[in-house]
Amino acid sequence: MRARIRTLIDGAATGLAILSTFLVVAPLVAIFIYLVYKGAVSLNLDFFIRNPVPVGEAGGGMANAIVGSAILLAVGSLIGVPMGIGGGIFLAEFGRGTKLANAVRFTADVLNGVPSIVMGIAVYSLVVVPQGHFSAFSGGVALGIMMIPTVCRTTEEMLLMVPNAVREAALALGVPNWRSVLAITVKTASPGIITGCMLAFARVAGETAPLIFTAFGNVGWSEKLSEPIAALPLQIYVYALSPYDEWHRLAWAGALVLIVLIVLAVSLVRYVTSRGVLKGAS
Amino acid sequence: MGVGIEVSNLNAWYGTNHTLQDINLHIPANHATALIGPSGCGKSTFVRCLNRMHETNPIARVTGTVLIGGLDIYNDAKPVEIRRRVGMVFQRPNPFPTMSIYDNVAAGLKLNGYTHRRALDEIVEKSLKNSALWDEVKDDLKKKSGASLSGGQQQRLCIARALAVDPEVLLMDEPASALDPVSTSKIEDLIFQLKSQYTIVIVTHNMQQAARVAEKTGFFLNGRMVEFDSTHKIFTNPSDKRTEDYITGRFG
Repeated sequence: MRARIRTLIDGAATGLAILSTFLVVAPLVAIFIYLVYKGAVSLNLDFFIRNPVPVGEAGGGMANAIVGSAILLAVGSLIGVPMGIGGGIFLAEFGRGTKLANAVRFTADVLNGVPSIVMGIAVYSLVVVPQGHFSAFSGGVALGIMMIPTVCRTTEEMLLMVPNAVREAALALGVPNWRSVLAITVKTASPGIITGCMLAFARVAGETAPLIFTAFGNVGWSEKLSEPIAALPLQIYVYALSPYDEWHRLAWAGALVLIVLIVLAVSLVRYVTSRGVLKGAS
Repeated sequence: MGVGIEVSNLNAWYGTNHTLQDINLHIPANHATALIGPSGCGKSTFVRCLNRMHETNPIARVTGTVLIGGLDIYNDAKPVEIRRRVGMVFQRPNPFPTMSIYDNVAAGLKLNGYTHRRALDEIVEKSLKNSALWDEVKDDLKKKSGASLSGGQQQRLCIARALAVDPEVLLMDEPASALDPVSTSKIEDLIFQLKSQYTIVIVTHNMQQAARVAEKTGFFLNGRMVEFDSTHKIFTNPSDKRTEDYITGRFG
């Protein structure tokens, strides 16, 4: 009798776990299917190789926005990833328990909570106004700053998960502390740190608000850091708010492309960084 | 070759906790010395004072002198130099999880800037042979992670890693307490072979183990060293009543 009750409870628990998994995955799958349904018809070669055309003209694409997003994200990652990882290493390895570390941690958490539109305005007054014009660089700065807190805190947490025994093993070999941190602790935590960077990257890849006052958008082609540049989220935003059916369809296609590109970028980084992992490494 | 260790008036604290009180002893070169005593008596703290690992804890403090091969390790040397001369093996095997077997053994040299490829190959092979692991891993040196080995193999890997930097002293903090009997006897055989080349200090809870591997034994109790003598004397005719009580199992 008791064995039967246990079997029932076991079955119920397993069922709940499967149901929860389904509920977690369902929204993503639903969004994806809807995007394919709405956007796939507008996807053709032109979408990837042509710039937008004026209303009423047939065809046109988002080549400038795809390249623009790539440039903005590259600048953002160049700023956000090293600063975030550096901050995380300081918090977990060198500053543990110090007042400075507590201040940095608090600041990072507050920064994480700053609305993205506010970030756009801040970068507007710090970079765009002194520079005198909108630019791809200022957009990259805005995205980069937004990446810092996520990268910083995940790096810290991943480093704290590395067992102290591993640090001691390195120190006991006569390895200087800084070297042990970089070559042993950070390396041991690197899969988690990379996940954190990818999360931050994927999050800012879809940001529109911080780009409105910085990258500004551009109907034509530009790859210069000093000029206003198009970005997929901006283009989607403008097209979706327009009254034209053709632009609506392009907006759906842009959203689909944005999601697919994010998934591709994240998978590529994962693939590249997972090569060379040894058998049995945890 | 191993060197002797001279400890005088060694005191150590964790915060306000006075964990080691006035330790004086001479550890002979090229012999195995065992430290026994109940949990929390200060044996581990003591060995961690011999390679300055104690001070990696921010609340820890040490006074007194420790001479290793005549060098005053607290006044005349940097921790990093000491730890290269005094290797350490911990209670739980702690190979670097992301590194191959080869890289684990070579880690101490590589991370100190040693890059001579062929010499590294030789040192890795020699260290793994010295730790009696070579035959079991020689085909997977660069393919398998150190963490994929069994517990006993991991501990011998950690011994190889410590030997690769060519230390004079090897500290072992309960090196077999997390291992099964077969692995334990392999580690003991190893200590027996290694003590001709290194000065070995081994902390153990297992009194038979102390009797089997060590020439000298020290008995610690409540942060003090109660008795230090030849292992034979400690186990057959101890001078102190507390030592006798402990080894006959009346407490601890």
